Amino acid sequence: MMKKITTIVVLLATVGFGSQAAAETVSSLRGATDIDQDSSAPAAKKYNKDKEPIARDYVQQPPLIPHKITNYRINLKSNKCMSCHSWSNYREANATKISQTHFESRDKNVLANVSARRYFCTQCHVPQVGAQPLVENDFQPITAISGQ
Amino acid sequence: MSNKNTKECNDMILCRIWQGLKKPSVRYSLGTILIVGFISGIIFWGGFNTAMEMTNNEEFCISCHEMEDNVFQEYKETIHYSNRTGVRATCPDCHVPKEWQHKVVRKIQASNELLHKALGTINTREKFEGKRLELAKHVWEAMEKTDSRECRNCHNFDHMDFTEQGRRAVKAHSEGLDAGKTCIDCHKGIAHELPDMHDVDPGSSIGDI
Repeated sequence: MMKKITTIVVLLATVGFGSQAAAETVSSLRGATDIDQDSSAPAAKKYNKDKEPIARDYVQQPPLIPHKITNYRINLKSNKCMSCHSWSNYREANATKISQTHFESRDKNVLANVSARRYFCTQCHVPQVGAQPLVENDFQPITAISGQ
Repeated sequence: MSNKNTKECNDMILCRIWQGLKKPSVRYSLGTILIVGFISGIIFWGGFNTAMEMTNNEEFCISCHEMEDNVFQEYKETIHYSNRTGVRATCPDCHVPKEWQHKVVRKIQASNELLHKALGTINTREKFEGKRLELAKHVWEAMEKTDSRECRNCHNFDHMDFTEQGRRAVKAHSEGLDAGKTCIDCHKGIAHELPDMHDVDPGSSIGDI
């Protein structure tokens, strides 16, 4: 019984000390600036202007957008992306054409046009900025993709 | 002869004015007539142009709520309103020709816009959205006809440095130049929202779901 109590006390002390230590190292997104001071905002990242297609890192990865898409509107009336990437326009625009998987409804029925659930391109496809990773990452693509 | 004409003109006021204009002046010297004519010419011409320029600025354009609430709000989000160099193209820079003869033609056409302002053709957001495709097509057609003349007030194929352009722009511009394309063929909806494009480019709109 005594042994049990001792164990619990030790455990509690450890947890208590640990969380206290964690609280000291945690800083909010605005940094260690006092609440009545303005924190300095990091410089706005610039979107990569225009590059060759970017290789995928894993098989299911939605291809990244290798160009700026500022002011490209996607709404019910029109989809700016599709003015180049649609099947009717990709040849002239010399763009990657939209995958035929995007013509399937959620019930796997193939439709005559892009499925509504795939219409909003930027839900999965994103442009890139020249930003360094916030945390260290040693992920390597599989050899089937990287060829190494 | 003159007496005969005057007699005939007794009842017709326009004819009498014409007779008066035809007769040489007996009271004023040629110099006075020339100087007065010259000065009033300047005043009339200047006044006409000043009045026309007063209708040729952004403030005048958005004095109608149809313009301010719809197209102006959309334009404020685009590069022609705000950009890194601080050069701004306002409404008349793109929608009113710079050359005088084309400008006057456009200003006369604008009387139709006044008529529809009075009729309230697009006085609600819903009515405007309903007409957007038709209105956009008018602008596209006009731009195609004039080889995008108003774009070329600032942008010119000959002045472009393709080496400074992005990969996609170089290709599109060099091919466009060869194919004799004009700006509006590709650059639709750059300063305002596009209309429902389903009939124009079926691939780029989802249409009826």
